[in-house]
Amino acid sequence: MYKLILAFRYLYRRRISYLALAAVALCVFIVVVVMTVMDGLVGDFKQKNHNYTGDCVVGTESLVGFAYYEDFARIAEKASYVEAVTPVIKSYALVGTEGSGRNIGVELMGVEAASYSRVTGFGRTLYYHKGDASKAFEAGSDSNLPGFVIGADLWGGRNEKGEYYYAPNPDATALSVTCFPLTAKGALAKAGTDAVNTKTFYFSDCSQSGLARVDGSIIYLPFEEAQTLCGMTEPVKRASWIHIKFKPGTNIEDGCRQVRQMWAKFYDEHKGKDNAELLSQVSVRSWKEHRRESIAGMEKEQAMLMMMFGLVGLTTVFIVYVVFYMIISHKTKDIGILKSIGASCGDVIVLFLGFAAGLGVVGSAVGVAGGILFLRNINRIEGWLFERFGFQLWDRTIYAIGEIPHRLDLTMLAVVTGCAILACLAGAALPSVSAARARPADVLQVSQL
Amino acid sequence: MSKDGFIIEAQGIHKMYRMGAAQVQVLKGADIAVKKGEFVAIVGASGSGKSTLLHILGALDRPDKGVVRFEGRDLSGMGGGELNEYRNKMIGFVFQFYHLLDELNVLENVILPAMVPSGIIGWMSKRVGVKKRGRELLKAVGLEERATHKPYQLSGGERQRAAIARALVNEPRLLLADEPTGNLDSATGNGILELLERLNRAGQTIVMVTHDERVAKRAGRTITLADGRVK
Repeated sequence: MYKLILAFRYLYRRRISYLALAAVALCVFIVVVVMTVMDGLVGDFKQKNHNYTGDCVVGTESLVGFAYYEDFARIAEKASYVEAVTPVIKSYALVGTEGSGRNIGVELMGVEAASYSRVTGFGRTLYYHKGDASKAFEAGSDSNLPGFVIGADLWGGRNEKGEYYYAPNPDATALSVTCFPLTAKGALAKAGTDAVNTKTFYFSDCSQSGLARVDGSIIYLPFEEAQTLCGMTEPVKRASWIHIKFKPGTNIEDGCRQVRQMWAKFYDEHKGKDNAELLSQVSVRSWKEHRRESIAGMEKEQAMLMMMFGLVGLTTVFIVYVVFYMIISHKTKDIGILKSIGASCGDVIVLFLGFAAGLGVVGSAVGVAGGILFLRNINRIEGWLFERFGFQLWDRTIYAIGEIPHRLDLTMLAVVTGCAILACLAGAALPSVSAARARPADVLQVSQL
Repeated sequence: MSKDGFIIEAQGIHKMYRMGAAQVQVLKGADIAVKKGEFVAIVGASGSGKSTLLHILGALDRPDKGVVRFEGRDLSGMGGGELNEYRNKMIGFVFQFYHLLDELNVLENVILPAMVPSGIIGWMSKRVGVKKRGRELLKAVGLEERATHKPYQLSGGERQRAAIARALVNEPRLLLADEPTGNLDSATGNGILELLERLNRAGQTIVMVTHDERVAKRAGRTITLADGRVK
């Protein structure tokens, strides 16, 4: 009981304790704020990447694509764990306004709007056809004309709040799209001056996926149109990918494993058929593997951040160690007194570790409370800083971020609090043990000769 | 109690300290024996080893050589737990510089030795009785009104009386006092000595270390230490 009383009194009566408490609170505050923001950004980024693809992607990065995709799609659709399947053409194109003579290179996606929306979040990214993706390629000016959907950043700009400029109704802009059709062998399908396929498409919608790289470089065309432009109709119909959405409750890794088995069987059955060599390049990947290049950078940053938090944790341990070393140096008399009245080494260790645990609990509580308060107001604070000083953490005209993420993860808060208490105990352990081992006569400095 | 009636006896106590490269032999075979109910003063010049001997008797330090027996039991044969119990229950120690804990008030300091062996539940069951005894002791040493004061709010004499009350809370069989008046003026020191005499008359065995011959005369018996041995 006396250990509890003394630990509590040491905590609130020693001014130096407040230093350690402030150090713990500050470290916890930093970790809570940065982890919440970073986790929010990474989580949001991953979700946007997932929305951009199906749960599982079967296909190839080759611009030639692969054959017999329709057969495989039919088989996949029948699997009990599959919700929807859609083929996709992926290539590159030059686009320009008719007659201007100027064009830019873009990423071309050929999709079946309705099925692609069932498999991915495509429908939700549209501005004019949100909720009715089947009409995504109906041109605004005339629904009989072939339409295109273009990445929001490629089409227009954003204001400093990250909002896009959209006209109330889709305009009648026409773009000429030029592709280099390839044969199944990978050679140019045409020769001479007529080596390209060009067709005019009319604006139908903008797609805002929230992925700056995608929205700044992509144009969607109807699947058949893209297939024809890319020369993927001859001599056998080809596609780049098949995106698969699993039924709710299906584990993505398990689902992908089953699709791999399904593909291996399909591959064996098609060996020896015309253009079957294209099937050898096909891989089956989960959405994470498919978007690896995009996600990897962010995950590396997150890993780096975790390492830095490890260093912050070590700094906390060191600060607590130094503070406890100082406190215990000032408390040698108390240790001597306690041992002279019968306290054991264990009692002394428990007393100071109790003190450390109290420090960790109070320090992390203050840090967590401060973190929650700050995070709840982080967007308001950033808004105020922007209005007052023109400062923005992320320039919304550049970064595809609406507001700074601030959703608290209770598990993370519990882990950070636990780690802070453990750091305090670790920092206090060595000074406590060395204090406990001291002989009462020595620490009381009673060796009067 | 030993068969000779001694509550504590020390035989052939040797103790050496290292001071840098030098070694100082403080005790060179000191012998002492105290009977129950005695009030013994150990006197000697500064550096004669009297405080060291008292610490060895109180198990605050270990001798390099020699035997200390408390009620016939050799202290060197006791384990850590037994020595803690010995320091907690068998003896009470009064220091020259009082050594009260600043974080606790006077009453809490006095009852601290009673709290040490108790867990939270054990303490809850006996705290009323212990607090009552603490207040009685404070009344006995004239500090009843100072129970809730902090040690730094007391005078030197009051602190020493609080320290004596703390040493008595577990009703120890032996009270060891190391220069209990050494840090006090003569009037206050006299009050402390009167308190010790009163305790001794009530049956308390006391061993007191002092360098002051006048203080030593207040004890029933005086032992003189010189050159690490009893003269």
